[in-house]
Amino acid sequence: MDKSVENLATAVAPITDGATVMIGGFGSSGVPLGLIDALFEQGANGLTVISNNAGAAEVGIARLIKAGRVAKVICSYPRTPGSIWFEKRFEAGEIALEIVPQGTLAERIRAAGAGLGGFLTPTAYGTKLAEGKETRVIDGRGYVLEAPLPADFAIIRAECGDRWGNLRFHATARNFNPVMAMAAKNTIAEVRVLSEAALPPETVVTPGIFVQSVVEYGERP
Amino acid sequence: MKAMGLNALDDAQLAARVAQDIPDGAYVNLGIGKPTHVSGYVPEGREVIYHSENGILGLGPTPPLGEEDPELIDASKRFVTAAPGAAYFEHSDSFAMMRGGHIDIAVLGAYQVAENGDLANWATLDETFPPAVGGAMDLVVGVPSIFVMMRHVNRDGSPKILKECTYPLTGLGVVNRVYTDLAVLDVTGDGFRLVELTDGNSLEAVQAVTEARILT
Repeated sequence: MDKSVENLATAVAPITDGATVMIGGFGSSGVPLGLIDALFEQGANGLTVISNNAGAAEVGIARLIKAGRVAKVICSYPRTPGSIWFEKRFEAGEIALEIVPQGTLAERIRAAGAGLGGFLTPTAYGTKLAEGKETRVIDGRGYVLEAPLPADFAIIRAECGDRWGNLRFHATARNFNPVMAMAAKNTIAEVRVLSEAALPPETVVTPGIFVQSVVEYGERP
Repeated sequence: MKAMGLNALDDAQLAARVAQDIPDGAYVNLGIGKPTHVSGYVPEGREVIYHSENGILGLGPTPPLGEEDPELIDASKRFVTAAPGAAYFEHSDSFAMMRGGHIDIAVLGAYQVAENGDLANWATLDETFPPAVGGAMDLVVGVPSIFVMMRHVNRDGSPKILKECTYPLTGLGVVNRVYTDLAVLDVTGDGFRLVELTDGNSLEAVQAVTEARILT
């Protein structure tokens, strides 16, 4: 088995127009910038992006949004300092937005990866973000029924990977990357170091079964 | 802007006041903005473990210039360090800590707090301004002690401590205590109860800039 691919362009080649794409990262940490730039060059359009943030300045997700390639963003926090392109597109009505509380976003992604039909969470009960959703009261406490959130692709970032697709992460660059790897039909991992040797099993955070391809991208933001 | 004619704590003094109530051994999540400054004022001798929802328990001090790790940040996206005893984890584990009742205290900013403990801190009524909820809704349902830290009134002098919130809610009946530049108030079954006034302020003067009734 060898999941490693030659270069970033080959890695993102399968992503099609209209695809739903999870993009790992939180703020500027753990964002697969190499894969996002390759996706920009590749040209796929009308994307639905699932990510915690909507990018900042002119890099990463913001670069895709600036170029009008993103039809919809599903995220918890689109408004970070410097998220000018998202704000411009939003004000102009050129991009759809689904706001999901951050823990619900992570758990909906996990549910999709874990084969669950959804879950009940107290988060957002009684608020605008629960409007139209099924609710239940259990032992006197209100819960909202949340649906799994799958994706066609996940593009993620890890510190180190091997040809089996096993990954380990660095510091807070882990964030959404492991859970997104579980939830997409096709997970593409950018790794700072592609190890010739197998990663020691005790250090593997994301087991290779969740990863379809691995590509080395040595730069760290 | 402080309310006219009242003694108001500045941001550093307010952070120091909140820090007095963070006990030794607590697991604490500090919200983005003003609450992040609380950790700088916790009295010496108390070991407090700070959680940041992007996947670290045990936040250490800000790194020296030039020694930042771009992949080691907190929820405010500032460069941080890992304290001895720290751990990294992925997002669904991080929110299990928050929703699952494992974090003891969260300190959050707010637009509005109501006398029944309702909190509004994620969206305004301006539809062109994109809302951004982040982890606030998860924190307020899972963390047993929710402290709000904010100015007592808005820049235009209008009240933030209300009978009912007018902005979209973050959580219902979730706030335990409110720290402002003018006073500290507990949320009780009967409404807001005065804990203390900033030195030099009378209850009448603070009540005059507070929509909800303050019980004593």
